[in-house]
Amino acid sequence: MKLSRVFAYAIRHIYLYKRSFPRLMEVFYWPLLDLLLWGFVTVYLAKNAVPGFVAFFVGALILWDMLFRSQQGISVSFLEDVWSRNLLNIFVSPMSAVEYVASLMVISVVKLLLTSTVMITLAWVLYSYNIFHFGILLVPFIANLVIMGWAIGIVTTALILRFGQETEVLAWGVALFFQPISAVFYPVSVLPPPLNTIARFTPSAHVFEGMRAVINTGTFPANELIWAACLNLAYVTFAVAFFSWNFRVVKRKGLLVKIGE
Amino acid sequence: MIDMKPLVEVRGLTKSFNGIKAVDDISFEVYEGEILGLIGPNGAGKTTTLQMLLDLTTPTSGEIRIFGLELASNRALILGQVNFSSSYISLPHSLTVRENLKIFARLYAVAEPGERIAELTTAFEITDLLDVPVRRLSSGQITRVCLTKALLNDPRILFLDEPTASLDPDIADKTRAMLKRIKAERGLSILYSSHNMQEMEDISDRVIFMDSGRIIASGRPSEIKEKFGGASLEEVFLKVARR
Ligand SMILES: Nc1ncnc2c1ncn2[C@@H]1O[C@H](COP(=O)(O)OP(=O)(O)OP(=O)(O)O)[C@@H](O)[C@H]1O
Ligand SMILES: [Mg+2]
Repeated sequence: MKLSRVFAYAIRHIYLYKRSFPRLMEVFYWPLLDLLLWGFVTVYLAKNAVPGFVAFFVGALILWDMLFRSQQGISVSFLEDVWSRNLLNIFVSPMSAVEYVASLMVISVVKLLLTSTVMITLAWVLYSYNIFHFGILLVPFIANLVIMGWAIGIVTTALILRFGQETEVLAWGVALFFQPISAVFYPVSVLPPPLNTIARFTPSAHVFEGMRAVINTGTFPANELIWAACLNLAYVTFAVAFFSWNFRVVKRKGLLVKIGE
Repeated sequence: MIDMKPLVEVRGLTKSFNGIKAVDDISFEVYEGEILGLIGPNGAGKTTTLQMLLDLTTPTSGEIRIFGLELASNRALILGQVNFSSSYISLPHSLTVRENLKIFARLYAVAEPGERIAELTTAFEITDLLDVPVRRLSSGQITRVCLTKALLNDPRILFLDEPTASLDPDIADKTRAMLKRIKAERGLSILYSSHNMQEMEDISDRVIFMDSGRIIASGRPSEIKEKFGGASLEEVFLKVARR
């Protein structure tokens, strides 16, 4: 693994954002829309019934968006290479499949920093909500969400690589599938038994459960964080292995050249 | 040429897709400083062969050695010293030509990227396109940018799959002249597939004629013409393809 190659390739996407107005819009547009819609619902509910609701809801919204962006940062960046018929240029270069995935991870973090900055600022301006009230806990929260986003993004990318552009829709939808079982806006206990069990194996569910513990009781959610970290370690390892395996299958089937056709 | 050491050695290379042999037990060499043309009808196995030489497709069986090293286990080392271009690849559309070339220069760890880019874009007459996004280029212009990319790392071997397919006659001619010049100056080897038989006669030192995954003839264009009794490679091609 050569870091110089990993970073060299990440720059490609930074150039892209510099140049493409619609793509830059995407960074601002969705977060703004989400925040406006759910933020005002929250403000309304907080006024009328549940105090402390803003911290709960807007905080969850911002954190969930990080997972979502992290996943998109991987799969959509890969799709950009498919759309521009650039994959072969990469894979005839010394860059390996794993280095390519690593560069997608770097890109995903850069994109995420951009979107999160926008969201955090907006939340502060619109609702005087300060996400930094979580303090140092934000680090493990965000790290776990980002890594879970990577795992989903890498598996999605592997599937698109293998089954072609018809599966492109996965890049947009798969993370949302995890939203209900991540118990973003409600406690895990709300979920019916089978989903409850699945939630236990979903790192993000532990993060949001931990977040609520901090807000409600002020306790340090060590247990939840350890769970999330262990699961994530397993999932991201699996995801990279799955990608490598798929990459070999694709090379055997001669599909690397066909993708995007 | 025969007593020279081959840069590429292919032995018994075979690729089956679902039991059908796209490439069927072929063996050949590419020597230093030669342009080896790959011709044959659609579906003959040219692209599949080139892909295997670039480790994009895994062979079913056979051996590929490049610079004397086994390809699969020395991938990064070998791919750093070769390059590829074709009419079916492109570059990120939103980026300018310069941005694209800078990125690939970094990927190949080119020592003086600025100078290298200036030198190559001058040779391909695309300096005026450097700050234009790829999206706005014509297909022939994109082909020239891709060829520039393919020469960034000063490769020892260039693999080209129908590189001139979308070039106008003037630029195609200039491109051939440029490739011949680089070959002469730096001893570059080129493995080159094309359906343009005149081009092949003009540029190739040797030609490999493939059909249904097999090599049916190989040698200097003059030898091939003699073997099949044709006045031009085009005539030979038509003869073979229609028999
Ligand atoms: N990924 C694949 N899966 C199944 N069959 C394939 C695949 N790639 C190529 N083939 C088959 O292998 C054979 C050789 O194809 P290839 O693309 O190598 O031919 P070619 O000589 O490059 O043809 P052309 O002149 O049309 O470019 C064809 O019959 C093709 O259908
Ligand atoms: Mg072909």
